Amino acid sequence: MTVTPILQVDDLAIAYKTGDREQRVVHGVSFSVAPGEVVALVGESGSGKTTTAQATLGLLAGNGRVESGTIRLNGTDITNWSQKRLDSIRGAVVSLIPQDPGSSLNPVRTIGSQLAEVLQIHKRGDRRAIHARVIELLERVGLTPAEMRARQYPHELSGGMKQRVLIAIAVALNPALIVADEPTSALDVTVQRRILDLIDELRRESGTAVLLVTHDLGVAADRADRLVVLQNGRIQEQGGVKEVLAAPRSAYTRRLLADAPSLGKPRPARPGIESQDFAIEVTGLTHDFTVTGGEAKSFRAVDNVSFKVRRGTTHAIVGESGSGKTTAIRSIVGFIKPTAGRILVDGVDLTTLKGEKLRQFRKHIQLVYQNPFGSLDPRQTIARIVEEPLLNFEPIPAADRARKVRDMLARVGLSESFLERHPRALSGGQRQRVAIARALVLDPRVLVLDEAVSALDVTVQAQILSLLDELQKTLGLTYLFVSHDLAVVRQISDTVSVMHKGRQVDGGPIETVFGRPDSAYTRELIDAIPGRSLPVPGVPVLAVPSENPPRLSP
Amino acid sequence: MTAETATGTMADAPGRWTTRFKRVPVTLALAWAVVFIVLAWAALPSLFAGYSGTEGVPGEQLRPPSAEHVLGTDGLGRDVYARIVYGARHSLSGAFVAVTVGLILGTLLGLIAGARGGWIDAVIMRLVDSMLAVPSLLLSLSIIVLLGFGTINVAIAVGAVSIARFARLARSEVVRVRRSEYVEAAYGSGGTFWAVLYRHVLPNSLTSVIALAALQFGSAILAISTLGFLGYGAPPPTPEWGLLIAEGRNYLSRAWWLTAAPGLVVVLVVLSADRISKALGRTAP
Repeated sequence: MTVTPILQVDDLAIAYKTGDREQRVVHGVSFSVAPGEVVALVGESGSGKTTTAQATLGLLAGNGRVESGTIRLNGTDITNWSQKRLDSIRGAVVSLIPQDPGSSLNPVRTIGSQLAEVLQIHKRGDRRAIHARVIELLERVGLTPAEMRARQYPHELSGGMKQRVLIAIAVALNPALIVADEPTSALDVTVQRRILDLIDELRRESGTAVLLVTHDLGVAADRADRLVVLQNGRIQEQGGVKEVLAAPRSAYTRRLLADAPSLGKPRPARPGIESQDFAIEVTGLTHDFTVTGGEAKSFRAVDNVSFKVRRGTTHAIVGESGSGKTTAIRSIVGFIKPTAGRILVDGVDLTTLKGEKLRQFRKHIQLVYQNPFGSLDPRQTIARIVEEPLLNFEPIPAADRARKVRDMLARVGLSESFLERHPRALSGGQRQRVAIARALVLDPRVLVLDEAVSALDVTVQAQILSLLDELQKTLGLTYLFVSHDLAVVRQISDTVSVMHKGRQVDGGPIETVFGRPDSAYTRELIDAIPGRSLPVPGVPVLAVPSENPPRLSP
Repeated sequence: MTAETATGTMADAPGRWTTRFKRVPVTLALAWAVVFIVLAWAALPSLFAGYSGTEGVPGEQLRPPSAEHVLGTDGLGRDVYARIVYGARHSLSGAFVAVTVGLILGTLLGLIAGARGGWIDAVIMRLVDSMLAVPSLLLSLSIIVLLGFGTINVAIAVGAVSIARFARLARSEVVRVRRSEYVEAAYGSGGTFWAVLYRHVLPNSLTSVIALAALQFGSAILAISTLGFLGYGAPPPTPEWGLLIAEGRNYLSRAWWLTAAPGLVVVLVVLSADRISKALGRTAP
């Protein structure tokens, strides 16, 4: 060994205590991070990647305990250091960029004072020197004008700006290692790209090593030098990014690679749709919100959006947070009345319906929510959840209802043993299957999917997407698929509308929009998608190759 | 499907329920024991007390606690233990009526305010606010003056005062649940306002309200005893707990057991209700 690694983890085992049982979640994990190197810990939820990262900072949750193994920082074993002793190295030698910028800053203190805090704790100079350093750091992470930003409170900043503050705090003392725990998962893709570029840049300047914790293989492939793939607390494989991606040795990595949506992959062939009639026709959809507080102002969330969706096809609405896509689909499913515009679903103008007529119409168009943890009533059993829509319309005998519920669950791939279980006993993917079953039990013609796979791990996401594909083929459903993830959209949609600040900036067939985007924004969006370094699959992911060019040049 | 079951991190959740039942905390077990004993007293007092609750034994006045009279006797020779046992029925039924009045009316008001919103919400909640602004004892006294004296009237008065607390809690819970996605999803699948209210909003808001009811049960006993002590409750021969404490007050220097024994029972029951309420509040999903 020529250089002492910054971080050396040997045979680490970590257990969490629940009740009076200890459950081991990390089993004998060993890896190292050399100076200036970016190592990505990749895995799905529950793989132990965050736990491992927290342990390297001595930040395990109260019920967590390092059972065995060692964590060496710059050659020093810190495994059994007290919290007080760890305080001296946290920030100075190793620092953290936390996952959620929204809740990682103190809302009642200015960002300048929060940035100064880390310098004060480690006694880096007097007040004047610290202030100068704060301004310098804010400028460094691109928060300008820095003097003004230093006086602002977290709520005055956007998510990306907050993440910049957290990065500034993390690099304030020039640590040798930065642990970045899903630093961009809560951010839009274009913001994600800028933040990751910033981390890259800071790293190159000061030679800091980065331990990047991520669920996104694309991000890891683009940004890391080496990959550590974790599953259920065990390392599946590790090695140089290029080697691992080019020739993954473990079956799990291969599956992750196959399931990760990426622009580099060939697009699955979509069945040719002969149908000429439109299931959804949206014309001039506009929605104003009145902003209360102070003088009444109105804010245009959706501005003159129009698109048509042929029966049996999938139309995607793509946009970042604040683009108005959620407002648009809430109008389309009839939860809010648009300010102007027409929404024809199956030839009926939804905007003219109200009361009982609207209620009756709801069986034709159903919505699947993003978060399967919030959209299912925790007190109901799965059987009750799927049955409920049937109770709202013409009475059906109980026996028929039960049969319908069982059929529908079978259709989404859940066995009868799920009938009497509660949502809390199900995984995220299983819950989303239940949500889809509930939406389909009324035999709707249009299914609106609001980021329906965004909260799921990639392998589960791939399963749900193939389920949706199969349901579309057998039931002739029309999908309106709302997503921020262009790679997913490209895989499953026929047509797309790109929304930006309430306006539709691009629209049309997928090939056209992705191949020759009209607007600069769409190009930026496509460029920002991580995963360019992912190999064009060496494993046969999808049987039918497409005539699409595998890589899109901007 | 197998891959997904593997990722099911909470697949063992039903198992956790059984373990939770196996290991009930000692304090909670004691609290339930106290409540069950007191309930048994109220149901079948003659089974637990050898003496009458109202008839004294001549010549046995003001006896200190002994083997014969576990908690001593009062100034008329009545067994204090028997009076407490017979009094359970009065105090508990009073508290029960009080909690029922508060729970039903308060939850209804809160439900309407939370579910309807708008000016209905504003009117109901301002009424509730003004109820909370008046000291509760003063408010119950005014209601008793309107309704007249007596055990049931005292209970209704105590219950009426708690309406405000129930309404506020129920409203905040309803508002929380109403904003959840599963409620919107229920409307989206064609549910009517009342169906959604009954199927989702009510069951999901009720956990905290039930916990408050248990807590309120304790304070109702206390409030009824207070009013009994002040002389607004049941007339004297009735062995109501507050009245027992009030009667004992005259003998405080000579016969401590007259006030200490019923006082202790009241404290124990109130604490138990408190403990049970805490446990109920935790079972929220």
